[in-house]
Amino acid sequence: MKARILIRPKQGILDPQGQTVERALPALGFSGISEVSVGRLVELEVDDPAQLEDLCERLLANPLIEDFEIQLPEG
Amino acid sequence: MRIGVVRFPGSCDEADAIAAASAVAEAELLWHGRTDLDGVDAVVVPGGFSYGDYLRPGAIARYSPVMTAVAAFAADGGPVLGICNGFQVLCEAGLLPGALLPNNSLRFICRQVDLTVERTTTPWTAACEAGEQLSIPSKHANGRWYADDQTLAQIEANGQVVFRYAPGQNPNGSLADIAGVCSEQGNVVGLMPHPEHAVDLLTGSADGLKLFASVLEEGSSVPVS
Repeated sequence: MKARILIRPKQGILDPQGQTVERALPALGFSGISEVSVGRLVELEVDDPAQLEDLCERLLANPLIEDFEIQLPEG
Repeated sequence: MRIGVVRFPGSCDEADAIAAASAVAEAELLWHGRTDLDGVDAVVVPGGFSYGDYLRPGAIARYSPVMTAVAAFAADGGPVLGICNGFQVLCEAGLLPGALLPNNSLRFICRQVDLTVERTTTPWTAACEAGEQLSIPSKHANGRWYADDQTLAQIEANGQVVFRYAPGQNPNGSLADIAGVCSEQGNVVGLMPHPEHAVDLLTGSADGLKLFASVLEEGSSVPVS
């Protein structure tokens, strides 16, 4: 099955990438947008999704600085 | 004494590390695919962009076959020095505390910085004086050292901060101006700036040689922390 893994900077850790994107918005005419945060998306095909948690902790995310969320197709 | 310098695909400072190590000892390259360290007495994990820095700097290199041998060597008290990307690899491997995040400025910074030596009881700083300042070049995009509050308090209390950027010279937003840390035992040291690029006055400073002279002085003995 296809799985998606969302990896985000942990709350409270300075995210200069998100800040930089946010600062660019007014010049483009966007308003009312705040708390921009930039993470990573990993998509993969997996036979046994039970192993994804371990994969995320050991490789795809660094638990010291990142949170991850595994999304599997519904049903 | 023989110093081994690990080479990953994407390393780029291993030649300078070999040259710096050769100034004090014999030096040899250790290809990342090997599973032993060829009996060397000390290991340098050099700078560069191992595996293209894909995913996160050091995230893939830490699973290279040679890193299992480096971890075992470190657990036995062997001296290991991680420089820049090597520091990132050692943090990812859990051999050093914390993690390296993108610089606050999001820019690749390349400049000479002064480092204050905070701890001299490591095999890589034994030849330095406590509080001494070393002039060392720094060049990286992901050098912002970070740890959570509890870890930071712990490593400060344990004396695991080895180098700090001199006041006002923190180039990347590292917590507490930390430029380099060591393992609990003290035998594994990592830092973002590049001592191997500061080994000849022709390029402005030879202060980096002190790290390599330290390991020669210490031999492979484990410092008492």
